[in-house]
Amino acid sequence: MNDMLRQPTDTGTGIAPLAFEAVTVTHRGQPLLGPLDLRLAGCHRTLVMGPNGAGKSLLLRLAHGLLAPSAGRVSWEGTTPRQAMVFQRPVLLKRSAIDNLTYALAVSGTPRPERRDRAREALARFGLAPLEKRPARVLSGGEQQRLALARAWLTRPEVLFLDEPTSALDPAAIRAVEEAVLDFHRRGTRILMTTHDLNQARRLADDVVLLYGGRLIEHTPAERFFTQPRTPEGQAFLRGELVW
Amino acid sequence: MTRRPFATIALALAALSGTGLAQASDDYIVLASTTSTEASGLFGAIIPRFTEATGIEVRVVAVGTGQAFEIARRGDADSLLVHDTAGEERFVEEGYGTERADVMVNDFVIIGPGGDPAGISEAETVAEAMRLIAEVEAPFASRGDDSGTHRAEQRLWETAGVEPGGSWYRELGSGMGPTLNTAAAMDAYVMSDRATWVAFENPQDLTLLFEGDEALFNQYGSLLIDPERHPHLKHDLAEQWHRWLLSEEGQQAIADFTVNGQPLFFPNAHSD
Amino acid sequence: MPADANAFQTALALILGMDPVLLGIVALSVQVSLSAVLIAALLALPLGAALALWRFPGRGAIVVTLNALMGLPPVVAGLAVYLLLSRAGPLGPLGLLFTPTAMVIAQVILILPIIAALTRQQIEELHGEYRDQLRSLGVSRPRMMPTLLWDARFSLITVILAGFGRASAEVGAVMIVGGNIDGVTRVMTTAIVLETSKGNLPLALGLGLVLLGLVLLVNAAAHLVGETARRRLG
Repeated sequence: MNDMLRQPTDTGTGIAPLAFEAVTVTHRGQPLLGPLDLRLAGCHRTLVMGPNGAGKSLLLRLAHGLLAPSAGRVSWEGTTPRQAMVFQRPVLLKRSAIDNLTYALAVSGTPRPERRDRAREALARFGLAPLEKRPARVLSGGEQQRLALARAWLTRPEVLFLDEPTSALDPAAIRAVEEAVLDFHRRGTRILMTTHDLNQARRLADDVVLLYGGRLIEHTPAERFFTQPRTPEGQAFLRGELVW
Repeated sequence: MTRRPFATIALALAALSGTGLAQASDDYIVLASTTSTEASGLFGAIIPRFTEATGIEVRVVAVGTGQAFEIARRGDADSLLVHDTAGEERFVEEGYGTERADVMVNDFVIIGPGGDPAGISEAETVAEAMRLIAEVEAPFASRGDDSGTHRAEQRLWETAGVEPGGSWYRELGSGMGPTLNTAAAMDAYVMSDRATWVAFENPQDLTLLFEGDEALFNQYGSLLIDPERHPHLKHDLAEQWHRWLLSEEGQQAIADFTVNGQPLFFPNAHSD
Repeated sequence: MPADANAFQTALALILGMDPVLLGIVALSVQVSLSAVLIAALLALPLGAALALWRFPGRGAIVVTLNALMGLPPVVAGLAVYLLLSRAGPLGPLGLLFTPTAMVIAQVILILPIIAALTRQQIEELHGEYRDQLRSLGVSRPRMMPTLLWDARFSLITVILAGFGRASAEVGAVMIVGGNIDGVTRVMTTAIVLETSKGNLPLALGLGLVLLGLVLLVNAAAHLVGETARRRLG
């Protein structure tokens, strides 16, 4: 394990902090998340952990603005940064790999003449150059996720959300995704990523957010979380005893 | 790049659709007439001769007599050729038409199954024939659509003193051709205009059983539509058609039309 | 003479004979129905997509109405267009009654609800799948419309074909507004009605087989295009 990677990077602190204030999500009267207070600042790689149903995906969707809280407030303290999200199952358009990328560029207002070159560059960076003309929907799971990352890359996000991006992938593909996450971070992107893989979290996290039953259990720097978690739930989770 | 084939197809379709829908010329009239004249092939024979003589195309909308009157009343046809003298005279009286003239006659015939269970081929008059059918309650297929033919049939029942009804009397609500098709399928008696019957190609066991009574004559009339009520219509061209029908040339064209060597319409315009 | 036995021979003779009258009728049928499908699709695809993407008061009523109109009897559509285009009607001065244009209008009214309702269904389904990703990319709703329509193109081709099938097969509407005028508004279906009323059943059935063949041809072509593309694009 390379210690360099675990250094909290403080470059890119110009990114507005994201604040959750007394946020709750309920569905048909059932509380799913919260009340929850959380503040994410700096250019860290924050890993959101917790057993299934803990509310990890909800937290990400709230942060990205895909979901409005039932009560409370999710807000950026300053200018809303450019954001991108990579989903567990990548949603790719029924077009070729490169057309998926030029589409994202078109939406973000990139002038037409630049789109193709920038898309090719991104394909090459993520090892997809030979697949340029292949329909995105017939790529393998790992290739699809890399394409989704390339698409996110093109929009130069200041904050990148990843919702269990590796849970359906084989080890080689997982490695590729993790390297991509580190690449994003090196470029000054704040990372907020969910995972249920402890080893992955050890490899990537600057700090850890632990959710359990829709509540925030702790938000701790990674070094500390993996050695001496503050809460009994954190200890149980590390022992693999915290389920549901 | 992937968009191009679809765009090309769309363009090709648009181009294809556009052509041919344009109207050829304005030198045509719309004639509302009855199915009997169209289905028998009369118009197919005489209209080309009119067009050759005048350069005017005649577009026939062949419908039931009732609907033909309605189309003309609404101003949707330039000319009218139907066979319901009483209705035609009312059309003029109500101010929709300015002139009505006899053009030709054909006649109705009684058709029935070859076995003739009611024995109408022996009847002296059509009234007797109708009575015979009612007596044995042999199946009878009626148009039942308030057409000229249907009205004529009802007058015949009245003359015969029979009020048709019961399971043997089938009101179909169909045109002449479909009624003949149905009669053929159920071996029923049916009254038809001769023209449609002679040109009809699906008789199966049906055969002509009674004809020739004067009560079966069927008068066709041509009408001119009031230009004041419908000024947009092509009254000049319609009048040319009307006059031509009544002229020697038009009357000859009607007389020359035969099906299987048999004349179906007999011109009877009154030469003034 | 049994009509059914002769029909195939008649149909074959009609096709092989390249009878100019028949060709004219076939060409007009195709032109009228294709025009109607084209116009209906141009209106109904955006309408269906909009209904899938936006929630607004009265939307439910529109959706229910469209679904109900899918079953509109052609005769009723024909009658409505007739009254509209009749000289005594509101659009009378245009002089469109008994022209191919009137037939196109009637067919558009018949198939627009079909294409719109089925499009709404397809787009709603696809939107469910794409929503989060597109919103994440910052795609606005108006911009989503062409994206979803394009990505649903293969199922939408089938939808449009359903419209074409209904347009080319219906007779009630075109009979009333076209008038079945020889050489002007006579199409396959009205010709079939006319030949049936003449008792010329083999010819009527032969024409029916030609029509069936035509619709089959169009469907097979679209199927082939669709399948190839589907396999290529996944």
